[in-house]
Amino acid sequence: MSVQAWTFLFVAISFGVYLLIAWLSRVSDTSGFYVAGRGVPAIANGMATAADWMSAASFLSMAGMISTLGYTGGMYLMGWTGGYVLLALLLAPYLRKFGHYTVPDFIGDRYESNAARMVAVVCAIFISFTYVAGQMRGVGIVFSRFLEVDITVGVVIGMAIVFVYATLGGMKGITWTQVAQYWVLITAFLVPAIAISFKLTGHAVPQIGMGSSLLSDGIPLLEKLDGLHADLGFASYTQPFTGAWSRGNVFCVTLALMAGTAGLPHVIVRFYTVKTVRAARWSAFWALLFISLLYLTAPATAAFARYYMIDSLHGKTAAELPDWFHNWRRTGLILWLDDGDGRLSYTGDGDAERARANEVFRGGTLGATELVDIEVAHQRWLDSSGANGADGREVLRARGLSGPDQDIIVLATPEMANLAGWIIALVAAGGLAAALSTASGLLLVISSSVAHDFYFRIVNPAATEAQRLVLGRVVIGLAVVIAGLLGIFPPGFVSQVVAFAFGLAAASFFPAIVLGIFSKRVSTVPAMAGMIAGIVFTASYIIGSVYAGMPSWCFDIGPQGIGAVGMALNFAVTLLLAPFFPAPSRAVREMIESIHEPEGAGPALRIEAAPEH
Amino acid sequence: MREAPDTTTVDMRDPRVVEAIDRYWRRNVRIMVALLVVWAVAGLGCGVLFADVLNRFQLGGFPLGFWFAQQGSILVFLVLILVYALLLNRLDDQHHVELARIGSGAHPDSEP
Repeated sequence: MSVQAWTFLFVAISFGVYLLIAWLSRVSDTSGFYVAGRGVPAIANGMATAADWMSAASFLSMAGMISTLGYTGGMYLMGWTGGYVLLALLLAPYLRKFGHYTVPDFIGDRYESNAARMVAVVCAIFISFTYVAGQMRGVGIVFSRFLEVDITVGVVIGMAIVFVYATLGGMKGITWTQVAQYWVLITAFLVPAIAISFKLTGHAVPQIGMGSSLLSDGIPLLEKLDGLHADLGFASYTQPFTGAWSRGNVFCVTLALMAGTAGLPHVIVRFYTVKTVRAARWSAFWALLFISLLYLTAPATAAFARYYMIDSLHGKTAAELPDWFHNWRRTGLILWLDDGDGRLSYTGDGDAERARANEVFRGGTLGATELVDIEVAHQRWLDSSGANGADGREVLRARGLSGPDQDIIVLATPEMANLAGWIIALVAAGGLAAALSTASGLLLVISSSVAHDFYFRIVNPAATEAQRLVLGRVVIGLAVVIAGLLGIFPPGFVSQVVAFAFGLAAASFFPAIVLGIFSKRVSTVPAMAGMIAGIVFTASYIIGSVYAGMPSWCFDIGPQGIGAVGMALNFAVTLLLAPFFPAPSRAVREMIESIHEPEGAGPALRIEAAPEH
Repeated sequence: MREAPDTTTVDMRDPRVVEAIDRYWRRNVRIMVALLVVWAVAGLGCGVLFADVLNRFQLGGFPLGFWFAQQGSILVFLVLILVYALLLNRLDDQHHVELARIGSGAHPDSEP
């Protein structure tokens, strides 16, 4: 069977399973729709959280980023897992005890303010749409590369599937579908990694293989990579704090990603879906266990892919280049613009001479016609020995498009290692599972923000159960369509905006929720002032440095890490103002006491006692 | 499910109950702070701040700082959450029993 036939088979089977689960877990009340009737076992919730969390970015891009960044890539690994410690220790059990539906619910009730609720709603919607756009791009890439269908058709198919199970089953349908999607994506990630590890090092466990010697020449893999990087002018693979990544910058990005992870609404809401406070703690453990299966493997995949990438490309002639290179060249994720000697040169930007010698590029956001123009001009430049046309290498380097696209690493590694067709096809199904599971969780946050937090809690508190359910379904339907459009017409700023989402979550939600849980003294005005200070500082810094070319004036911290400073600012403003304003009302203080304590007739128990379905 | 003696009749103004809840909260915070210190040392310390120093040492085929950044910190995080769940769920049980005992009229110190 061909790779494409295998891909069709896997994608069709997995989509069929998702639809079947959706039909089996359809719901008819708001509790089922928003929090799956709070009847999800901790271990299943852990799998669903893992699938919800591991997006197209984790599955497709993260190993690629690590492969490109080496040591520095570890900040994504530490940030996106370390956040779970904060989540498990500081937030999950208390929010479960609080026992409502959403993050704006907690902010609004704790700070007794619909203005605070509104700020939280707007942040939740912004973060979610930012994220969804990235997922849809992932769906498009997988469909266009593996099934050779148009990106638009691919996105429409993906959206149709999410539409069915999200509107039918709400959180319940999404949760059980995510459990299935977790297994699809983790199998798709582990199988190639194990196969490659065995092939390169003779060890079947990738985490051990990464620290072992290559079968080909007996040199330890990481030592080999450091050697190749030094020869070709790339920053060291294992040594920290090279180039723009100073100690302070890596620290801030790691911290911002950690706090951002703990503040992301689609992750927090998962801890509302379990039965008890103790189940919330266990489900945080299961979630990180399932996540770490992928996160511990990704750096190994990254190192293997880095080796293959350099080994199979550098110094080769067109005839010697492997098949995967030609396959992926068509997608624009990797390009070769020769200097006329007929041999590919893949070098880093360690010094100006090596940077000029590099011949490997990516298309980035350039359109197909622009790329063809550049390649044609480059060919003319070569043919005329520099008299006519333009050196395409200089054009692309000036646009910051040196080196292959990071998404190629996971997608093409099975081909680099010449693995069987069905393994390559599995990666396609896994990429789709990762993108769809995250998209559906985010769509539910958007739906609950509008239908529950905005409509029911602010506009019309007298709305009936049936009205709220209809509105929830309509909003999720609309959100699917908007997300689909974002996937078909991707805004060019998506990748920068994701940093924005984390920075914003770290600078707004995280301090407000933590202080809301642990302080009985912080009241509305200081918390609002803190949130606004955090959001305004972080947003203006990111927008300023990404769009307006503002220098990184704050201790040289880049836009990705500034959320850590915004978070500190939020905490500082809130705590400094708190003593000057009256303490929260008696009702709020009692609510805080009740969430500190796992026993007693708090709101969670009342909801627990309510009849289900 | 564990056996659940009824604690809904516990009088929240009873000084023994207030004291029990205070004690529970102090223990909870102590466990949390201790685990967060480990979190900061393993993740932000070994993984980032001291990574270059640790890289002078080798662990198997890995420079140690690099290993912490890409493997070790994640393993530590996982153990931290496991320990937290075990300790806190046990603390919850003790607290539950304590409250149930107060509710049933027995003196909290009358049994071991």
